[in-house]
Amino acid sequence: MDLTRKLVILADAAKYDASCASSGAARKDSRDGKGIGSTGGMGICHSYTPDGRCVSLLKVLLTNACLYDCHYCINRRSSNVQRARFTPEEVVQLTLDFYKRNYIEGLFLSSGIVRSADFTMEQVIEVARQLREVHHFRGYIHLKTIPEASQALIDKAGRYADRISINIELPSQKSLDRLAPEKNLTNTMQAMHGIRQRIDENVNAKKAARQIVNRPRAKAPAFATGQSTQMIVGADDSTDALVLHRADELYRDCRLRRVYYSGFSPIPEPSVLLPIKPPPLVREHRLYQADWLLRFYGFDVGELLPKEDPNLDLDLDPKLAWALRNRADFPVNINRAPQELLWRIPGLGTVNVARILAARRWASLTLADLQRMRVNLKKVMPFIIAADHRPHIAQLESTNLRQQFLPGPRQLELNFNAPPPTTPADATMVLSGQL
Amino acid sequence: MTTTAQIQPTFEAWRSKARELLKHGVAPENVDWVDASQTASLLAEQPADHQTAPNASVKVPADFLRLAANVCAHTDERRFAILYRLLHRVALGGEKHLLAMPTDRDMHQCNLWAKAVSRDIHKMHAFVRFRLVGVNEQNGREQFVAWFEPEYRITRLASPFFEKRFASMEWSILTPDECANWDGHKLTFMPGMSRHDAPAADAHDDLWRTYYRSIFNPARLKVQAMQSEMPMKYWKNLPEAEIIHDLIASSDQRVRAMIATPERPVKPAPNNAYLNSLRNKPEKLTSPAPASPVSAP
Repeated sequence: MDLTRKLVILADAAKYDASCASSGAARKDSRDGKGIGSTGGMGICHSYTPDGRCVSLLKVLLTNACLYDCHYCINRRSSNVQRARFTPEEVVQLTLDFYKRNYIEGLFLSSGIVRSADFTMEQVIEVARQLREVHHFRGYIHLKTIPEASQALIDKAGRYADRISINIELPSQKSLDRLAPEKNLTNTMQAMHGIRQRIDENVNAKKAARQIVNRPRAKAPAFATGQSTQMIVGADDSTDALVLHRADELYRDCRLRRVYYSGFSPIPEPSVLLPIKPPPLVREHRLYQADWLLRFYGFDVGELLPKEDPNLDLDLDPKLAWALRNRADFPVNINRAPQELLWRIPGLGTVNVARILAARRWASLTLADLQRMRVNLKKVMPFIIAADHRPHIAQLESTNLRQQFLPGPRQLELNFNAPPPTTPADATMVLSGQL
Repeated sequence: MTTTAQIQPTFEAWRSKARELLKHGVAPENVDWVDASQTASLLAEQPADHQTAPNASVKVPADFLRLAANVCAHTDERRFAILYRLLHRVALGGEKHLLAMPTDRDMHQCNLWAKAVSRDIHKMHAFVRFRLVGVNEQNGREQFVAWFEPEYRITRLASPFFEKRFASMEWSILTPDECANWDGHKLTFMPGMSRHDAPAADAHDDLWRTYYRSIFNPARLKVQAMQSEMPMKYWKNLPEAEIIHDLIASSDQRVRAMIATPERPVKPAPNNAYLNSLRNKPEKLTSPAPASPVSAP
């Protein structure tokens, strides 16, 4: 099989992994004239595909042959998809060739599980080893690890990679048992704890290496600076509350950098166990918004998802939905309130809150000031007090307030000549018989 | 009395001129900033006629200089004047806190320009595509050339990134305004060139398009999201952009085919030692909600 055909199969096999981040790596470059590449600071998206996703890394599988039978996955053993396998040298060369042309930030390598977890891990690590040790590649490397692999191999992967990740896939063992029978939540979480320990140890070792007592400088050990995971949404009946509780637990206990939510989408080799209708893409979007509120805005899962309503409102962003349920906390005075309260105002992000805090030391802020910061006035006005604005209490208490924020009814097009082109959503509707 | 400050449109030229004017306390409303590259010396610069004695030193926060470097790279013709007014207010007008005032009109305007420029720099880092043109026979270094059309005058600001990343290659980035050149040791700049001076394609472009086509998921078409991050003005220099229309047009058909595919039955597990070992799993986590966190190993 030629290289192009392998690339077609093994990139197609990797595209259901949502992660493409190339940020947060330790600073390194190739100004010593040896090797190639640099990382550090912001990641770069080198292109975008028409699905709106960024292309930052060469994201491929080493092989798409797999022993496991995960029903949401196109590479499961029950699928009839064509199988292929890269040699480590082929992936190394492809990465270097793409990198030198500035197509990519680096490599994201994963693999179907062949023979055993350890055997597979060794193959994946060999690619990273060649890149780092033979070619002195200083670009970004993200390695997917297998929770059942031995700790020694996971450690070795961490020494070559900037980021390592293990996909949790589904938020409960019950769902895994049904859709991914080989996967074990306890193993996965234990492996994540192990990685967290290594990352922490490395951070401490780096600090120690900087201490004056350790002069002449001890060389800090290299280890991945972060780990991430992915959860598939909509393939099982897990509620948003379950998904976010699990994510919150991972952020707290395993210090994950990111949890990616991947809305289940139809695959070319469907399984009998899967719903035919994918979840609306907006559900994934709302989960990401809620995830942000947990990490950067001081919200708890319980606040965003009260017990009686375990799923996020698809029509409103989660912060606005929270504010509408907690109107007694408003209006908030933007010239006086502490940061934590400003973060809770719908329509204000952390960047604009920082700007408000800086500017209000010198002047009392008005609506015009907010407008200059490109704040959506229509959204914030019912919830804030500014120097020249105080909302009507009646407006805040009005039952119509929610109505006001709902997306307008979509106008149906009356066009008798040319019917609008059908979309993939229409096709799904026709075949599943669901509206 | 109005002074005409005729300068080359660079940060360095603006900074030295502004420093001179500020030393003499020239008020911003009395300066007429002229871009020398646009007017081609139709207006000879008038000799400075400053009334006040020069101030010994002018100190501004480092943040201001960073802001000014980006603003000067913009192309709006008001930028030098507004930047000077901002400088005058910070340095002589007693408004030292202005940099923390994003709500101020001048700050707001400069921030908008600076942001547009830094976005353009970021996009240049992302969308430059190098083409292999040869190998240096003396040292074996590969030689690459890229053509890029930035919106603003950012070649100098964007180049150090490429130096750090591609230090072991030899490369040139050609743009209409200014070209950057790295010979393995030193970064130099040359006047702008034309698109025809750069190679039109690279042997690896096909493989790259293959990857781009394969990584696209037709079941999640979001054309708007793509365009807001990769505006069409950049497409003409991106090798992958030529297949975008085909990908969009064929996505509907591909999704229909996926959905119409009969479901695959489940295959029994093969007899594999590793798989068998998985069946004797350690105790499974069965609690539905992760209220009780798993203890660390």
